[in-house]
Amino acid sequence: MEKTRENRFIKYLRKDRLPNIFCAGCGNGIVMNTFFNGMEMAQISMEDVVMVSGIGCSSRIPGYVKCDSLHTTHGRPISFATGLKLANPDMNVVVFSGDGDTAAIGGNHLIHGARRNMDLTVICINNSIYGMTGGQISPTSPHGSYGSTAPYGSLENPFDLSKLVTAAGASYVARWTTAHPLQLSSAIKKGLKNRGFSFIEVVSQCPTYFGRKNRMRSPIDMMRWMKEESVVKRKADGMDESELVGKIIVGDFHKKEAPEFTERICQLSSEQCPPEKPSAIRSAYRGDSSA
Amino acid sequence: MVDVMITIDKKLCKGCNICTEFCPHQVYEESGTLNKKGVHVPTPEHEERCTKCQICSLLCPDQAIQVDEDDES
Repeated sequence: MEKTRENRFIKYLRKDRLPNIFCAGCGNGIVMNTFFNGMEMAQISMEDVVMVSGIGCSSRIPGYVKCDSLHTTHGRPISFATGLKLANPDMNVVVFSGDGDTAAIGGNHLIHGARRNMDLTVICINNSIYGMTGGQISPTSPHGSYGSTAPYGSLENPFDLSKLVTAAGASYVARWTTAHPLQLSSAIKKGLKNRGFSFIEVVSQCPTYFGRKNRMRSPIDMMRWMKEESVVKRKADGMDESELVGKIIVGDFHKKEAPEFTERICQLSSEQCPPEKPSAIRSAYRGDSSA
Repeated sequence: MVDVMITIDKKLCKGCNICTEFCPHQVYEESGTLNKKGVHVPTPEHEERCTKCQICSLLCPDQAIQVDEDDES
């Protein structure tokens, strides 16, 4: 085999767009790598993947990948992905979005996507700040963290996205950080294989805004902080709440088998439109040209 | 004998040094010289320590690192 001396994931990327626009040490590149790694582990071809993204730094990822992608309005990637999945249930629809997209403006879409248990894989890159617009405090910024809109520290309590999505009815929920690339890859693999709403929260670094304002100027400082402050779920379950202040709980949060929405709607359309009755609905959902 | 070949794409590297910090065997060293783009591209000084775990190529945010078996030695 001829060796190209290129990174093993370059084959999935649009080479003419590289180097990517992300800051030095941004976590988005790591999430991209771990996604490709997880996809290889799940033995899914890039041909069967559609990437949907909203607005934000993390939402630029699909633009670099050689696959079908949809760059949508702010906060609405899950709604667009719902439509995509229903139009072609055979595709693996992956939503890449940031914390501003999923937790702030698109919070409603997130919980309703989870409630329906749509077969989507949502990868939420949570860097705890609005990185693209200049470091404003986001709904996931930890209490007391600094940002350009919180010069004295944030007074708000952050969202625990994984708990929120679990409560809303998702069938697979996991949280890892960019400092755990192998665990994250296997979580993405499980998410892609899972039939139902899979939510993978990736705690990521934004050295430019979050790091600079919170005494972690370099990406290495931020990744070291994430590695040191993370506690695995199994261990955290036995710990006291006061011990877990400021810690990042990582691991698989939730996995359950639940009826999936696309299957339900396909079943409904075949029940309501028996084969002897020609129907536009059936042909739209099942691709039957004979009808 | 070195049987690993580590290639760093100098056009893609942005010098974040995540590889130097997170390599489990400290293969990489920070470079003291700037390249054309003004980036300190790390160098794989200790290739003999490499176990081909591929953590560096997974962690590189700019897809600049490739770890291969060296077929020239």
